[in-house]
Amino acid sequence: MAGPVLEMRSISKSFPGVKALSEVNLTVAAGEVHAVCGENGAGKSTLMKVLSGVYPHGSYEGEILFEGEPCRFKDIRASEQRGIVIIHQELALVPYLSVAENIFLGNEHATRGVISWHRTLTHAAELLRQVGLEESPQTRIADLGVGKQQLVEIAKALAKKVKLLILDEPTAALNDEDSRKLLDLILELKAQGISCIIISHKLNEIARVADAVTILRDGQTIETIAIGPEGISEDRIIRGMVGRDLEHRYPDRTPDIGEVAFEVRDWTVRHPIDQQRTVVDGASLNVRRGEIVGIAGLMGAGRTELAMSVFGRSYGRWSGGRVLLHGREVRTRTVPEAIRHGIAYVTEDRKHFGLNLIDDISRNISLSALGKVARYGRVDRHEESRVAESFRRTMNIKAPTVFTRTGTLSGGNQQKVVLSKWIFAEPEVLILDEPTRGIDIGAKAEIYTVIAELAAQGKAVLVISSELPELLGLCDRIYTMAEGRITGEVARADATQESLMRLMTMSTASSNEQV
Amino acid sequence: MAQTEIIADSARNGAESDPSPSVGSVLARALRGNVRQYGMLVALALIVLLFQIWTDGILLQPLNITNLIQQNGYILILAIGMMIVIIAGHIDLSVGSLAAFVGAAAAVMMVEHHMPWPVAMLVALVIGALAGAWQGFWIAYLGIPSFIVTLAGMLLFRGGTQILLQGQSVAPFPKGFQSISSGFLPEVGPHTDYHNLTLLLGLAVLVVAVLQELRGRRQTASYGLEVLPLGLFLAKLAVITAAVVVFTLLLASYHGVPIVLLILGALLVGFGYLMRNSIIGRHTYAIGGNEAAAKLSGVKSKRVVFLAFTNMGVLAALAGLVFAARLNAGTPQAGINFELEAIAAAFIGGASASGGVGTVLGAIIGGLVLGVLNNGMSLVGVGTDYQQVIKGLVLLAAVGFDVYNKRRAGS
Ligand SMILES: Nc1ncnc2c1ncn2[C@@H]1O[C@H](COP(=O)(O)OP(=O)(O)OP(=O)(O)O)[C@@H](O)[C@H]1O
Ligand SMILES: [Mg+2]
Repeated sequence: MAGPVLEMRSISKSFPGVKALSEVNLTVAAGEVHAVCGENGAGKSTLMKVLSGVYPHGSYEGEILFEGEPCRFKDIRASEQRGIVIIHQELALVPYLSVAENIFLGNEHATRGVISWHRTLTHAAELLRQVGLEESPQTRIADLGVGKQQLVEIAKALAKKVKLLILDEPTAALNDEDSRKLLDLILELKAQGISCIIISHKLNEIARVADAVTILRDGQTIETIAIGPEGISEDRIIRGMVGRDLEHRYPDRTPDIGEVAFEVRDWTVRHPIDQQRTVVDGASLNVRRGEIVGIAGLMGAGRTELAMSVFGRSYGRWSGGRVLLHGREVRTRTVPEAIRHGIAYVTEDRKHFGLNLIDDISRNISLSALGKVARYGRVDRHEESRVAESFRRTMNIKAPTVFTRTGTLSGGNQQKVVLSKWIFAEPEVLILDEPTRGIDIGAKAEIYTVIAELAAQGKAVLVISSELPELLGLCDRIYTMAEGRITGEVARADATQESLMRLMTMSTASSNEQV
Repeated sequence: MAQTEIIADSARNGAESDPSPSVGSVLARALRGNVRQYGMLVALALIVLLFQIWTDGILLQPLNITNLIQQNGYILILAIGMMIVIIAGHIDLSVGSLAAFVGAAAAVMMVEHHMPWPVAMLVALVIGALAGAWQGFWIAYLGIPSFIVTLAGMLLFRGGTQILLQGQSVAPFPKGFQSISSGFLPEVGPHTDYHNLTLLLGLAVLVVAVLQELRGRRQTASYGLEVLPLGLFLAKLAVITAAVVVFTLLLASYHGVPIVLLILGALLVGFGYLMRNSIIGRHTYAIGGNEAAAKLSGVKSKRVVFLAFTNMGVLAALAGLVFAARLNAGTPQAGINFELEAIAAAFIGGASASGGVGTVLGAIIGGLVLGVLNNGMSLVGVGTDYQQVIKGLVLLAAVGFDVYNKRRAGS
């Protein structure tokens, strides 16, 4: 392959109290797909923000060479002009603008300030074809699923004549199907000569698409491995990331399953705005004490909607169904009611629904159960910090102190804070929505252990996940959902990826016969 | 046991991040958390100093200090409530009109219906609470943006005031009522050159303040966070002591502590405690920081917002009463632009436009910055035209400084 398209030399970057990067080197050959791996907080996102000018020249040390020339980007625009485009971990599309408007946002087809809609729409349609998205350019972003939004982001990058595309955990929010499409697209772009840096915690994806992988640990480059035609084993990457072999990814446990603790019957939810649309249709499920139950389903199957609706009707309009705890019907019409009955819901969207990003770790953890660290309505700061400190240790949250703002934590560590918050509330029933999204392999294993412990304490745990191996490794029983209905229920012993996939993609008509 | 262990551990962590901190870096770090508030305190001190020189010492004369407090009391009262509303992520434009309306209602009750003034005050505060609850209902339970609801309230209460007073001023008030704005603590004990009760009160404040500082320092250290080096801490105590002593002596050498100052002190302590230590205070910050996340954590956000506005209504009523007592009349022109001053005070004092940030003390500091500017500029004869220009620039500078600082610290 040709010479390097990008060289980053001894990049160092510090934040108050944290050295995020020290002397990191990264070399990307022209036309290759280069993966960057590392644990949560290793500095991957920070490195990419340095590269793309989010952190301007002067706020870091070291040197960046792009196509052989030194670069000193003062902002994102400057790096985009050179053809470096970053798609962030959290997507940055404007929900109420159309696909076409989003693609050309800040880069409009206009003459003297007046937008040419003709050029905008035709060009957008062309780009959408290129990324394989069959949607009208005039569709609102809010009406698209995350998978399609991701494709719009890539179309947006293509519109900027991208030479080096950076994807920060692009598949974290995608299901297997959408992920596969996205990875195929990356390979296609590579064939067209576009280089790509991809950050991912899903090592099988890296093994599939990457030509080389650079591993970061604690802000330092550990190694760069070229991946030959023989491929690379996941274990090889993991060894580099955590510095040792990781033997048990899923906890060994002997489930001690009791009577039914939590049951949902005939739960039906309508769309919050379009009330004709039924989002969850007569869903029934149950979880026993000490049991870990999974819900598998494709994006848009209604899993999150079901969970949020059960949890204090936080989503959509309820139009039927009951919740039973230990066989007795309970009201969960508001979130405080649900919490009082011992139900907890750990959101999949930590930034929007999980954390107060401008507040510190300790106050985020205590929020759902402030009463536990308060007396007569007065919050005991000392007790609160002590609790937070013990979570920081047991959950291994990487932060200087518990008074660190959660907004500055890396994605995976934010997830641990959200999880701590709900474990602190000591629920009977714990609903976990994508609990390991964006979390590294080592931390995943830690979180699985925590989940197993909770089950061992006799709690009922319901796990929603788009990663089938995770469900298969963790759960005692798995429900599948498709188009708002429960389409199947499989015991762990009988479940395989294929059998689950078949149930998940079952259309409504055939599922009627099945259930 | 376990507790000390954890603390020791985190102390070690803290120390690791920087092995040999210089005094400058410690100071910088101590300040960083509260740049806005410390910055504003320093700015306040500078402004005081500037006008003290400029007015040949008139600014800090006992008479003028007393005036300053009495002139700004009602804005400071409003600023406290406004701060809380802004922390919750809202705004209240109606407080000036509501203050006028309540002042007018009190005037009508006392002057035309000869109601005893304590009863009239009580009724007035209830009216304020109801008006606040009315707005809070629309905002919290019906989801109408607070900007709109309180803009409507601004018109509504202003109109209501004019209807009540029929364009006339209503006066005069009973002596007792006037004293909430122009009265002082009573004189007791032997005759000295100073006001005795004021001296005692000053001493009490000093003792409590020093104890609080000591306790705060011990606690911070126990969390494993860095504290100011002993020397600097002692210097801070010295500054606090000097400030309290000077202020006490100034007041005591005139008529003593004004009643308004007592009211303000009580509000500052009460609401400061509420916002810092109580569950509902914490919930207010959580809602302002991320309402969706707060709701999903079981925070009853509607109720909290409703209460914030109800509380604002009560404080607006109180401000209206103090203002009416000061004028010794209920007038249709009362309270004009009060909302703007209160909002400016909150933002100068560290509030964030998107909510979730700010302190009650900050609101007071912000209000004092504006108050001293007003008073000082009037003393040196700056016209109200230029006063407005300068206040506008100060607001912009204060918020701009803060935004700049945050950006530098890394977003
Ligand atoms: N703005 C900031 N202020 C302070 N610290 C920060 C800031 N941004 C990142 N950090 C810290 O820098 C370190 C690296 O964070 P970064 O987001 O790059 O990790 P990451 O490798 O992308 O992790 P993840 O896989 O969890 O996304 C973390 O310890 C994080 O807390
Ligand atoms: Mg990251």
